[in-house]
Parts: sequence; C-alpha cells; structure tokens
Amino acid sequence: MSATEQAPTEGGLVEVINLTKHFPVKQGVFATGKAVVHAVEDVSLTVRKGETLGIVGESGCGKSTTARLMVRLLAPTSGRIVFEGRDISRLNQRALRPLRREMQIIFQDPYSSLNPRKSVGQIVGEPFTIHRTEKDVRRRVQELLARVGLNPEHYNRYPHEFSGGQRQRIGVARAIALQPKLIVCDEPVSALDVSVQAQILNLLKDLQHDFDLTYVFISHDLSVIRQISDRIAVMYLGRVVELSTSEGLYEHPRHPYTAALLSAVPRHSANGAVERHRIVLSGDVPSPVNPPAACVFHPRCPRFQKGRCDVETPELRRFEGAHEAACHFPVERWPMTEEELRRPFAGSATSV
Amino acid sequence: MAATPGSTSTLLEVRNLTVRFRTRDGVVQAVSDLSFSLRRGDTLGVVGESGSGKSVTSLAVMGLLNRAYADIEGEILFEGRDLLKLSPAELREVRGRDVSMIFQDPFACLHPMYRVGDQIAEAVRAHQDVPKKQAGDRAVELLGAVGIPNAKVRARDYPHQFSGGMRQRAMIAMALVHNPDVLIADEPTTALDVTVQAQILELIDRVKREFDVGVILITHDLGVVAETATHVMVMYAGRSVEQGIASEIFGSAQHPYTWGLLESMPSVERKLDVLVPIEGSPPSLLHPPSGCAFHPRCNYRFEPCSSKLPSLEPIAGGHLDACHLSPERKREVWRTKIAAEIGAPA
Repeated sequence: MSATEQAPTEGGLVEVINLTKHFPVKQGVFATGKAVVHAVEDVSLTVRKGETLGIVGESGCGKSTTARLMVRLLAPTSGRIVFEGRDISRLNQRALRPLRREMQIIFQDPYSSLNPRKSVGQIVGEPFTIHRTEKDVRRRVQELLARVGLNPEHYNRYPHEFSGGQRQRIGVARAIALQPKLIVCDEPVSALDVSVQAQILNLLKDLQHDFDLTYVFISHDLSVIRQISDRIAVMYLGRVVELSTSEGLYEHPRHPYTAALLSAVPRHSANGAVERHRIVLSGDVPSPVNPPAACVFHPRCPRFQKGRCDVETPELRRFEGAHEAACHFPVERWPMTEEELRRPFAGSATSV
Repeated sequence: MAATPGSTSTLLEVRNLTVRFRTRDGVVQAVSDLSFSLRRGDTLGVVGESGSGKSVTSLAVMGLLNRAYADIEGEILFEGRDLLKLSPAELREVRGRDVSMIFQDPFACLHPMYRVGDQIAEAVRAHQDVPKKQAGDRAVELLGAVGIPNAKVRARDYPHQFSGGMRQRAMIAMALVHNPDVLIADEPTTALDVTVQAQILELIDRVKREFDVGVILITHDLGVVAETATHVMVMYAGRSVEQGIASEIFGSAQHPYTWGLLESMPSVERKLDVLVPIEGSPPSLLHPPSGCAFHPRCNYRFEPCSSKLPSLEPIAGGHLDACHLSPERKREVWRTKIAAEIGAPA
C-alpha cells in the first residue's frame, strides 16, 4: 500500500521510492560471480515537513545507509529519491551542491566527525565559506554557538578541548548554520553519557521548533526513538518491516521483529521484581550478503510457518491508524508472550 | 550491603578502596573510599558514567592496575585474603581462576589471529597442567555451554568469523574455564544489538546459577541493572553515592544523582512529557569539586554541600546513600516528583 511509483504525497519534504542500494563485496581471485551486500532493499518512505521520522533497527539493517541515501551522500543502485518534488537520485555533485544547503547530517561519533585540525569557529563557519552566503561569518558563528549552548568565546578552541556532549553540539551548530529544511541525525546521542543524551535531545527538539526543521532520526535505541519521533520505521536486513505513528508502534507492534525488539529492551522503571515475559530471538542477524529467502526475518521468527514465510515475501499491509507491517501473520494483540507469539492460528482465546 | 557476620557465602569484600593515578597533569582521584561486598548468587550492578570509577574498580579487583603509577589503598578481601597484598605470582593464581573478567570489547581478550577454541584451551592450560587434547575438549564443552551451536566445528573458527554476540559468548566461555567464584562483566552488552543483549544477559544469569558464582555487572544502563541485578551501587566521581538491594533502590532512590539518571533517561514504556537532563558534565577527577562532587550539578544542593563531603549512611532499615538532604526530604522528593515522572510506584 505504500507509495510505489506515485508522485510525492502532499507535504512530503523528502521521499524515497523503491530505494535499493547494493555494495559489491571484495572477493578473492578465484571467486566466481559477484557477491553483494543488500544494504537497502526496496525501501519506500515519505518524510513529511516538520515531522520527526525515526528509523530504528539493529546492526546491518540499513538505517544509516538509507539516511545517507536521502541526503545523497550515496547514490542509489535503483529507485528514486525525491526532495521537494525534485528527483535527485541521479544528480551529479555539482548539481547537488546548492541542495546541500537544504539538507544536512549530524553524525554519531563526535570524535571523528569534527576535523581535529580546525578550530570550532572554522568548523561551524565552513558551511558559510563553501556556500559564500555570509559577510560577517564570525558573528554568525558565535550566534550559532550560543544557540546550541556553547560559549561563543570558545570560537578559537579545538575539538579536543571539548567534551563529547559539547562536540556533538558543535556538530549540531554546523548542521543548522545554513538553516536547512531537513536534518538527518544518525545516532547523534549513542556515543554520549546518559545524562548528556537528554541535553542533546532537548536541544534538537527546541531547534526543530524554532527553525521549523524536519528530522530523520536514526537510532538503535528504542527509548530514545520513542521520545523524539512522531512516526517510526522499523528496519531489518535492508527492508522496512513496520511503519507507524510512535504511539501506535509501542502500543501494538504488528511485526514479530518489532515485538521482539520492544520486548528485549531492559526496563529501568521496573516495579520491583515484575516478571517480564521477554521474547528472546535465537541466533544473530544474518549477513546482508546472503539474506534469507522470502521473508528475511523467517529464520529467527517465533511465528514462522513453513511453506509460507520461506516462500512468499510479505508486502507492507495497512492496519488501522496509519500503521503498516510486512508480515503474513501479524501480531494480533499486545502484549503477548513468546509462547503466545508462536501460535498464530490460536483463536482469540481468553487471555491468560 | 555488608554480609551478615559469620556468613560463609561472602566471596568478595572491598573496604575503603582508593585508587589514585599519578599523571603528568597531576593526581587523578579515580576511586575514593569505596566499600562493598559480594556473595555467591548476587549480581551487583555497578552503575556510573564516564569517569565514575567503575572500570578502575574492577581492574583493581583483578589486580590489573600498574602499581608504578597507581597508588592503591584499602583492602580487597577474596575469601579472606587481601588481594592487594599478594605477590604477582600469587595474584596470577587468583586472576582468571577464582576471579574472572569479561569486557565490552571481545577483542580485548580474543586474539584475532588464533582460533577461538585454541585460545580457550590456552586459558585452560594457564592454570591446569593438562594435555592439549583435553584442554581442547574442555574448550568445546564450554563453547557449547554458553550456547554456541555446533561447538566442535565453530571452535576452529577465528574470532572475526564469529558475530558480535558469539564473540561475547566465547569471552564468557573463556572466563568460566576454571569455574571462578567471581565473574566481573564490564559493559558486556553495550556494543551489542538489543536482541543479542537480551540473550547475553540471560546467559550471564544462567551461568550465575549453574556455576554458582557472584557477578559484578558494570554498566551505564540503568535498564540492564533493573532487570538483572540483585544489588546496585551507583558511582559518581570515584565514590559510591547510593548502594543497596536493587528493588529498594528502584523502589525508592535517595540520591539526587540517581534521581537525575532516572529522570533523564527516555523510557521505552512511555513518552515522557519532558526529559530532565542533568545539567553540566561529569567532573574532572584531577580537580574534583569540593564537598560533595555532585553538588555543582545538583538541583537540591544547599548550604553544606559545597564544603562538606557527605558520608555513606543507611536510611532506616534500608540502603545507603551519601547526601546531606534529610531522610524526610529524600522520601518527599521521591514520592512527589521522581516516582510520578518515571512511572514507578511511589
């Protein structure tokens, strides 16, 4: 039901349509055929203006690659990327350059994403220099530093003189310098201490409000994603397996993978020794070089039904409340224990 | 938190541990006056952020700190013997055999160029004089015990052929080789995906029961602690600020730093109206603040906090915390503010 070959939906700031990205795998001299990492496979998403779309998933799910494709740090293998109605999938670097003012990215690692040999002032001022937009760069930079909670007088300091949280603020200042429309936040708080994470999340929220920003927020952390996202896409092995409003996802996940993911998150507001029925998946995430056939989740799925799940690829199906999931046996109700999950044909029995 | 007198199940007792590093920039107060105990069957969750001293504590227990630049005071009693007074040879007997450790990064103890099975077999022969074949069999046995499927075949793999979760399991297998009494896990799941994290935490719990050990679990993740720990110690700037039985701490936290951690963490269970961060950053351990190290960031600080160091005191019949606020005030804040915010019972 999700957009296939349609024009962007109303209000869609950026849209990806059947987006696919394969990376070649280096092989030995005697290898035959080409092995490929199926990093992103047939992903279609619309990001509405002003919203925060969260993309959540574990290692190798393709969330970072999708984000980089959206801002054209990578070119797609196939499919389209549409920004403000304009197809940017195949533009060359020169044509992309003016667009880069509109879309920016904040990276996960505050230590490697800032050039250690440039001062903070130079780093945050670089966007102005590249796009030649400002006369009084210094003043603008100092305004930005203040806006993100840094001391403008630290203009001449170097990244190593700042803490992790402060460096991330520098990254934010750089990203908002040209007042972009879209900011992709790629795990921006994952490398930070817990007490500092909250500061950065609050800052991002404030800025979104003040500058009318649209965010694509990538994280593996379900608590963080819940806090900041309006809508959430769950990815697994390069595919979107579930798409929903934030509340809808946590209230009733439809895809068994989402259910397991939610269930695996340790709870810190545990009420004493509440017995929690965790759904523990067996095995590890398979390699994206050799994704499983049909439903990519089927080898680990507690609801796996032979003959269906390993044969027929599930399409994204629509549920009520703007909720989509790609599963032949979506989760009927929530919460469910692992035992209950394993029996998709059990009638609506009275709850235990 | 201290074991009852005469208890035979206390494995480890740390008393007034202080660790100072002599560096070019001055003396770093990594750990100050730390005391705790661990019994068989306990899982002690040590919670703290960067610079809290939690990792240094575990290194001190394992005898892995270089005394050339680390000054260590206090006592670390393992089954009655003070580990700090042992000779290097005696310490080598204890380390790996009686007290064992796993790390966040499996490559800290898995050599990338040797087969996994061989490395575990090497660990066997470090403390036991057994033939290679027997050590190899034991390695396979342990890999199976920690849930590696097809252990005999996988033992011949190199670490890079294992996934992150499997490497972590291999590291746990290596730590169990000599049936240790104490297992220290330093951020064992931080680098893992959450579904794998769940598996590893279950494994550590199962290991604790099957091998009858005491576990020290070091983490910054309060969620992990809430789910798996029997006891909790919250560390800040090298000191314990709150410690006790886990259900009590999560049922009624007393220290403003613990409150801050609980309030600033987003929850997967509900969207909080507002995340209340702890302003500022963890302090420098070269020049720690005067009085209570947390006071510059504390919303509840008052007159004595900047000059007088609070001592770790028990509240009536409950856990310990180091804060000048009165017990009534602490209870009041918990009940009226914190518990409501995080959805815990008041």
